[in-house]
Amino acid sequence: MEFIYYFGNVFQPMSFLLLLVGTIGGLILGATPGLSPTMAVALLIPFTFHLEAAQGLILLGAAYTSTVAGGAVSAILLKIPGAPANIATTLDGHTMAKKGKGARALQLSFLASAVGGVFGVLLLIFLTPVLAKWALAFGPSHLFWLAIIGVTIIGSLDSASVVKGLLSGCIGLWLATIGFDDIMGAQRFIFHPALGGGINIIAALIGLFAIPQVLSMFAEGRKDANVEVIEVEKSSLANAIRELFSHTRALSIGTVTGSVIGLIPGVGGQIAGLVAYDQSRKFSPEREKFGTGHSEGVIAAESANNAMVGPSLVPLLTLSIPGSPTAAVLLGGLLIHGIFPGTDLFDNHPDVAWTFINSMLIGQILMCMFGLYIAGLAARVAQVPKSIMAAIVLGLAVFGSYSVQSSMGDVYVMATLGIMMYFLERFGFSAAPLVLGLILGPIAEANFIQGSMIANATDGMGAYFLGGNMNIFLIAIVVASIGYSVGMELRERTRNSTGGEAS
Amino acid sequence: MKKLMTGAAIALAMMTGGAIAGDYPERPVLMMVSYGAGGATDFQARIVTMTAGNDDALGMPIAIINKPGAGGRVGWNWFATQAENDGYTLAAYNIPHFIAQSIKGGVSYSADSFEPIANWGADPAVFVVANDSPFQSMGDVVAYAKANTGKLTFSGAGLFVGHHIAALQIEKAAGVKMAYIPTKGGGAAAMKAVIAGDVMGGVNNLSDAFRAREAGNVRILGVADLQRSDFLPDVPTMAEQGLDVDNSSVNFRGIMVPKGTPQEIIDQLAATVPAMFANSRVAKKMKAGGSPMHIMTRNEVLAMWAAREETLKKLLAGL
Repeated sequence: MEFIYYFGNVFQPMSFLLLLVGTIGGLILGATPGLSPTMAVALLIPFTFHLEAAQGLILLGAAYTSTVAGGAVSAILLKIPGAPANIATTLDGHTMAKKGKGARALQLSFLASAVGGVFGVLLLIFLTPVLAKWALAFGPSHLFWLAIIGVTIIGSLDSASVVKGLLSGCIGLWLATIGFDDIMGAQRFIFHPALGGGINIIAALIGLFAIPQVLSMFAEGRKDANVEVIEVEKSSLANAIRELFSHTRALSIGTVTGSVIGLIPGVGGQIAGLVAYDQSRKFSPEREKFGTGHSEGVIAAESANNAMVGPSLVPLLTLSIPGSPTAAVLLGGLLIHGIFPGTDLFDNHPDVAWTFINSMLIGQILMCMFGLYIAGLAARVAQVPKSIMAAIVLGLAVFGSYSVQSSMGDVYVMATLGIMMYFLERFGFSAAPLVLGLILGPIAEANFIQGSMIANATDGMGAYFLGGNMNIFLIAIVVASIGYSVGMELRERTRNSTGGEAS
Repeated sequence: MKKLMTGAAIALAMMTGGAIAGDYPERPVLMMVSYGAGGATDFQARIVTMTAGNDDALGMPIAIINKPGAGGRVGWNWFATQAENDGYTLAAYNIPHFIAQSIKGGVSYSADSFEPIANWGADPAVFVVANDSPFQSMGDVVAYAKANTGKLTFSGAGLFVGHHIAALQIEKAAGVKMAYIPTKGGGAAAMKAVIAGDVMGGVNNLSDAFRAREAGNVRILGVADLQRSDFLPDVPTMAEQGLDVDNSSVNFRGIMVPKGTPQEIIDQLAATVPAMFANSRVAKKMKAGGSPMHIMTRNEVLAMWAAREETLKKLLAGL
């Protein structure tokens, strides 16, 4: 309960001011396409040179929590996921916004973010030593199977047809192989210098999600008769809260999945939202409503991606190993003040450690308040005429993909993938499985190569990848997940065919 | 004729270059780091350039841009082929990484593509094992490797980087075959593999290993450098333990410009940048972060690059 003593520090004038600046600034940065949480935190590092250690970390912690949630704003309103964490939010969130329910979608996403986020930070406070062991338990073979679990949900993700989902997943897996292979340094499919570093995930996200809609908006914009003004429904906060807690299943699946997956070094943040979305759909009685603007989808995805924030810092704070790119940047923020994460941090600088953790707790609540405040206003974005909207989104897309690593190459990649996706969407393919392939490909590949190198030097492939309780448990999940999908498909087919005979 | 040419060149330099040197730099300078934000190179680059705006340094701030990917290849490829050589685009170099990569091939740069300005840091590779490991010294490691050829797994941050060079040198010096496991995700991932017990040992950066030891997670068995480190006075070098390993794997970090940058600008930078690194505020922050400093002038760096290229060519010849 040590952390309670340090709550006072968060509310000192300077600290609280920094917390406010970090939260509001983080929301704005997070809502800007292309500015991922990692970049936002990295941008703020130079400012912390001149602050005290605890104050600097308050700024960074607040920015981290609120950029993750801020990514939902552009995901819902513009269908541009700010970071991989927000991909699942676009699936139902943007459909809600199109139906005029943007305000409700934003409110739900901020409320769900706060619930998930607070839970995640509480886990960090109370269970850190236990969680640290758990985070280390995942070796290369386990991460490989984890990535395969991700692959099994590709088929069922946001696609009318499992086959088309799998096909776009395969395109994503192929795209992931482009560039220098990180382990061996081999060159693969590099036809242009811009591809040397591989497909940048942020540029790909912007291209795959934003460009197809820009193109269809432009295509429709030619016909004036088609102008439709979306009526933006007002949404009362009380109703939003009621709706949030009427979907406790999605909320708890999202929060728990996010916390557990967020903990795993190197994997967590990117897939937590998608896995949570998929799980809550599989357990939902209103399964077929997902993807059509169903609020459960938004709740699951957003509670998961903020729940991941706290646990993702466990390996950093206890073992001094940054488990995610953002954690690596935060490590820089600590080192600049001569503080080493690990026992040094909690024994010699408890004020810094706990003030930082507490500020993330308060930051989650502040983030929620500001988010709810802007939700109603922001939702009016949906009323902007389509031709203007298309131009703005296109501008943001170019700006966002360029800013990732100041490279025009990323803009070309973004445009190419976007135009390709526009045509693929015409044929019923969808972007989410493709992106999931792009994310999972490198994880599965790198861990398989590492695992096989270790296996060849030790017990051999069979024992290394198939032996041990953890491997067997993960393989069982893979089998169950495939079995479930096949079962659902068969049941649907028999239902359809019997229905067809009856009519 | 030769005299005339030189005279003309000097006159030309006075007319054009002289004006540049006098005013340089008149706007902020970019510095490209070929690793991601938050990595060790990025972190140190931000610290050593933080006083660039002072009048006794460049008088203009240095802005860091990151072009990460493929172990640094993406950034250095960009720097060699696309960066303007007008003195307003600098880059951070990592030795032995970029020289080893250029020897391996498949990139559009070599040591001749760049002009060094000054070196700021030297991070030796060290051999680490988890706290509960039975290995107490490099002797134990070598003995195990001798008895179990190819079975001793140890991690490092990829192929053709300092860690890999150190691994090759250790194997060569001890005359053993071990299983080097390159990780994706840099030194942090390699360290996680050691602490979690995925591998039996690992090569890692001295700065990161020092932190991990402070956190109570690892033991450091040897330093791959010519002398012991100030951070780890109790850890013997490889040579002290009978392994003929020199400082070829030490990760030197510094600033360079593309080939073709006007000589006046190179000279001006070479004169001011080492002093900028030596700033006491910089030194304090670097020490606090556990990052060993090692300031070298342009001429020293030129000699070091040439020596590295030669040793690396020999070492990598068989791969």
